[in-house]
Amino acid sequence: MDAYLSSYATIGALALVGVVIIGGAFLVNRLLRPRRPNAAAGKRDTYECGLDPVPGGWAQMHIRYYLYAYLYVLFAVEAIFLFPWAVVYLEAGRAVIVEMAIFVGVLALGLLYAWRKRALTWQ
Amino acid sequence: MVKLPPMDYAAIMPLLILFGAACLGVLIEAFVPRRARNITQLLFSLAAVIAAMVFVVKRAGNVTAANAITAGGAITIDKAALFLQGSLLVLAFVSLLIFGERTLEQGGAFVAQAAVTVGSEKDKEQAAKSLGSTEVYPLALFSLAGMLLFVAANDLLTMFVALEVFSLPLYLLCALARRKRLLSQEAALKYFLLGAYASAFFLFGVALVYGYAKAVDFASIHTAAAVGAGNITLLITGLGLLAIGLLFKVAAAPFHVWTPDVYQGAPTPVTAFMAACTKAAAFGGLIRVLYVGFDGLGWQFTPVLGAIAALTVMVGAVLAVTQTDLKRLLAYSSVANAGYLLIGVLAGGQLGLQSVLFYLVAYGLTVIAAFALITLVRDADGEATHLSRWAGLGARSPLFAGIFTFLLLAFAGIPLTSGFMAKLSVFGAAVDGGQTWLVIFGVISSIILAFPYLRVVVMMWLSEPGESTPSVSLPGVLTSTALGVGTIATLVLGVAPGLLLDLADKAAAFIR
Amino acid sequence: MLSNLWLLIAIPAASAAVLLLAGRKADRWGHWLGVLAPAASFVLGLIAFFGLRDLPGRAAEQTLWTFFKSGDMTIDFGLLFDPLTAVFVLLITGVGSLIHLYAVGYMAHDEGRRRFFGYFNLFVAAMLLLVLGNNYVMLYLGWEGVGLASYLLISFWYNRPSAATAGKKAFLMNRVGDAGFAIAIFLMLAQLGTVNYNQVFSQVGALTTGTVLVLGLLLLLGACGKSGQFPLQAWLPDAMEGPTPVSALIHAATMVTAGVYLIARSNPIFSANSTLQLIVVSVGALTLLMGCIIGAAKDDIKRVLAWSTVSQIGYMFLGVGLGGGAYALAIIHLLAHGFFKANMFLGAGSVMHGMQDQVDIRRFGGLAKYMKITWLTFMMGWLAIIGLPPLSGFFTKEPIIAAAFEQHDAWKSWVFGGAALLGAGLTAFYMTRLFVLTFHGPKRWTDGQHPHESPAVMWIPLVLLAIGSVVAGGLMASPVAKWLEPPLPAAPAEEVHGVLGHTAITVLSLVLTVLGAGLAWALFRRGTALEPQPAGPVVRAARANLYTDAFNEAVFEKPGSWLTRALVYVDNKGIDGVVNGLAALVGGGSGRLRRLQTGFVRSYALSMLAGGVLVLGALLAVRLG
Repeated sequence: MDAYLSSYATIGALALVGVVIIGGAFLVNRLLRPRRPNAAAGKRDTYECGLDPVPGGWAQMHIRYYLYAYLYVLFAVEAIFLFPWAVVYLEAGRAVIVEMAIFVGVLALGLLYAWRKRALTWQ
Repeated sequence: MVKLPPMDYAAIMPLLILFGAACLGVLIEAFVPRRARNITQLLFSLAAVIAAMVFVVKRAGNVTAANAITAGGAITIDKAALFLQGSLLVLAFVSLLIFGERTLEQGGAFVAQAAVTVGSEKDKEQAAKSLGSTEVYPLALFSLAGMLLFVAANDLLTMFVALEVFSLPLYLLCALARRKRLLSQEAALKYFLLGAYASAFFLFGVALVYGYAKAVDFASIHTAAAVGAGNITLLITGLGLLAIGLLFKVAAAPFHVWTPDVYQGAPTPVTAFMAACTKAAAFGGLIRVLYVGFDGLGWQFTPVLGAIAALTVMVGAVLAVTQTDLKRLLAYSSVANAGYLLIGVLAGGQLGLQSVLFYLVAYGLTVIAAFALITLVRDADGEATHLSRWAGLGARSPLFAGIFTFLLLAFAGIPLTSGFMAKLSVFGAAVDGGQTWLVIFGVISSIILAFPYLRVVVMMWLSEPGESTPSVSLPGVLTSTALGVGTIATLVLGVAPGLLLDLADKAAAFIR
Repeated sequence: MLSNLWLLIAIPAASAAVLLLAGRKADRWGHWLGVLAPAASFVLGLIAFFGLRDLPGRAAEQTLWTFFKSGDMTIDFGLLFDPLTAVFVLLITGVGSLIHLYAVGYMAHDEGRRRFFGYFNLFVAAMLLLVLGNNYVMLYLGWEGVGLASYLLISFWYNRPSAATAGKKAFLMNRVGDAGFAIAIFLMLAQLGTVNYNQVFSQVGALTTGTVLVLGLLLLLGACGKSGQFPLQAWLPDAMEGPTPVSALIHAATMVTAGVYLIARSNPIFSANSTLQLIVVSVGALTLLMGCIIGAAKDDIKRVLAWSTVSQIGYMFLGVGLGGGAYALAIIHLLAHGFFKANMFLGAGSVMHGMQDQVDIRRFGGLAKYMKITWLTFMMGWLAIIGLPPLSGFFTKEPIIAAAFEQHDAWKSWVFGGAALLGAGLTAFYMTRLFVLTFHGPKRWTDGQHPHESPAVMWIPLVLLAIGSVVAGGLMASPVAKWLEPPLPAAPAEEVHGVLGHTAITVLSLVLTVLGAGLAWALFRRGTALEPQPAGPVVRAARANLYTDAFNEAVFEKPGSWLTRALVYVDNKGIDGVVNGLAALVGGGSGRLRRLQTGFVRSYALSMLAGGVLVLGALLAVRLG
């Protein structure tokens, strides 16, 4: 049981490091920044690249963002899938390469379709 | 060293063909000019279905207990699976014909671009002029391939993947109606949300069953259940959750709630496809889970599923009584039919299995013909599905009103129709299997259900046609073929059901 | 031919399919195809009939395919051609062909003539299936088929509300009877495991008395529905809304006699229980008197004939109920009736054809001069039905009356024999009234009538049927009785000496007939009033169909419609209740929820969750309990 739990310790440690880094960044920021409390207009607005924020956080996103997001997620997932495959299955030889090629090919088909449907052109 | 499992390509050929054809369909979509796309896609899809059918038939001759399980134990191509696959292919073939119809309406039943905002200028433009989208064919093929895999899955994970593969394209197809687009999109969203919800139940069930049996394939589950070691509550809860996921797909009460909305909102060809094929696939999966994996638990789940069957037949029938929209009416009738099928499933044994297989084909063909006919009755706003609009249709178009009357009589289970034979065999099997109480419910429900059917008949024949009675469009050759095949099959299976019953009898055997 | 019996059914069925599916293209030649089909079946039937005489056992049976198989129960699509079937086949196709021919002329000006012949051929096919089947399921198939064809043809002029209503009425009342028949078949399957005639009949002895009684009563219910016998008689007169050839073929000569066929075919069942036979006889006697009484009070030419049909079938039921040798008597009367009633119906159609579709006999009179052929042929039918020797009715009705008197119990002889005898007198009265008012006496026409004889295509069948009405009875009486045994039982060797001698009965019935006819002649020779006259309670009751319609309405229809209304109400409330209840559960009030577009999906999901919890709970309860 201990061995089983200790294998999770790595993850725990990783999480801890993450928390420390981000928390540390905020802490350092708080220590270093100047403190001048006043209520000047616009001071508490969300910073958006120098532009005035548009009223209201609830806005409809244009559908074309989703297209990009989907295509991105698709290939990101594919890439994630490729790593373990490369580690475990490559030794099984040529058939496995062909199978993966088919898999990637099917995904590429989708990309081809998206391209022909002009989903890749910002319009 | 990793060893790859051997593949019996002859056995899984239909699956490969359909998946391959669907991928190629995406390519066709990308490269064939818009004008030629519909006909190309239609012919290509039909050819793929036929090719798959050829391999199914070829395979049917040499199935043995030894060669049935393949693909590393993920797939079982036994006789029952082949029968279901064959039925699915036939039903899909007929539905695809309605998909292809373009003469009833400029551009067909599907919207060109589903993403265009409803009611915008662009939408009005595309409603008037654009050709309908032809992505429906690859989507339907993906879905069909998923169904074929679903009925042949040998473990719960394959089954889950297949479930998703056949469901996702259906969600999309539901949103593609050319007319009444908001309704269509609403239907698709509801179907998607509830479908995902049901999938979650299924997946949780898989996890619990795995927790008990330490495996997901049916043979191991069967063995583990037979041994009975460990905490059996885990297994039973898992089975319950699995059943919920499947009962959602077959539209059994109280998991039927999506059916009327989705049937009504979806484009009618898609409704036909769903009513026939989804039902067949979902029942195929359900009987495999119950007969192959969990047959040792029969005495545990039979009373509960029996209660569900009784509830389903009653809910479907009672709610159908007050429907005023034909598509909703048929949706509730489909719920009730799911209940009759469940009665057959619970009958158990060879006879129960045979009756369910027969019922699926008979009902599927009739329901496709019925929806095909609904696509014909139209006015300026598309299909006129409100019941009052069908008043006096018998005077306007006796032939089509006559065919619809015949189909309704088949649903009601009048002799000389396949509906009668199907109900008779299911109820007979249930009496044989000691489930007489379910048959009593089934008969009561059939009686109630005859009322809404006959009300439509009365409306069509005995009311005066009014100002608003729409005309019946002359169907193109595709719809007429689908309608003809469905109607003739309804008649033939009613007069000489022996052919298919024999086939179903031979096919009623699972290999574990 | 005996090995290809299916052709008999297939020819009219194929013709019906062609006519109904071919569309307007077939309008020009469709009716001739419609006539040819039953005629071809008639020729084949004749060949089969002659083939049957030389056949050992005089029955040909063949199984075409297995209709239905479930476990060890097998129902075959099988045909049986034996003497009983043979006479029916010849009646259906022979008289049927003549009526088809007649309809070519009668329907000449109707736009739906092709559709009419399509339905008509469909009827012939279904009727042949009914009599040719070798088991009860085949019989039931044909039974439903003729019901369907009858429904379609009664409401043939479906844009007339009265025709549509009459069609519905026929359909519904037949359903009542059919339900009985269907349950009888289920009972056979449950008790005997078979529906094949031979197998059923050979096992009747093994059944308990109660089972036989119930089985017989259920079959009788079916027979009463189809044959318009008490208490299911009300649809038949209304069925006259259909075109006249339909009334002649379906509602006089063939379909309505299917009930008689059913009982005659099931004679081993009925003969096995004397209570059952008593009930059949009672139904027959009651109906034959009812038909006479109501028929005497009607003024619509076709309705008088319809009630007369009800009454004549009552005689046949009386015959099959008496059992023994009387089965054959009933069948012979059925055949003779097929001729003379078809003849008179077609005659009535010819009169209507010449009188611009007038059906009120108070508005006829003196037509003998204008429609000579119709008059003469109708006269043959009239003389035949009232049983004047040597016309056919005399040879076929007389023996039934005599048989009714020859029973073991004296009271039965008096009651049923008396009823049959009284019926004969009444028949003479109302048929004479009909004949005299139509063809003799002063003209009472509405304005603008120019009666004329019908075209040859209509009067040729009339003449042929008239010849049949004259000679059929005399020719058939003794040879057919022999021909029919088996399948029908032979007359018992020892004679039962009835309460009256045979001669006495003959004389009595002739006297009554002449009295009835003479009375009617005297009363109606000078015509009749054009409006209904005030009358005593008996006549008022007869005009109101002896209040049977009112009874049906009060006892069956009203409660039925209340039940339906209540169900609809409950359904409405039920649905609203479910939807609202779920909505209230989810969002605390449907008002708030309805503002949310996704409210319904949530409530759907909640209902699924609730269902899931219940399923799991129940599963675990089953396991723990």
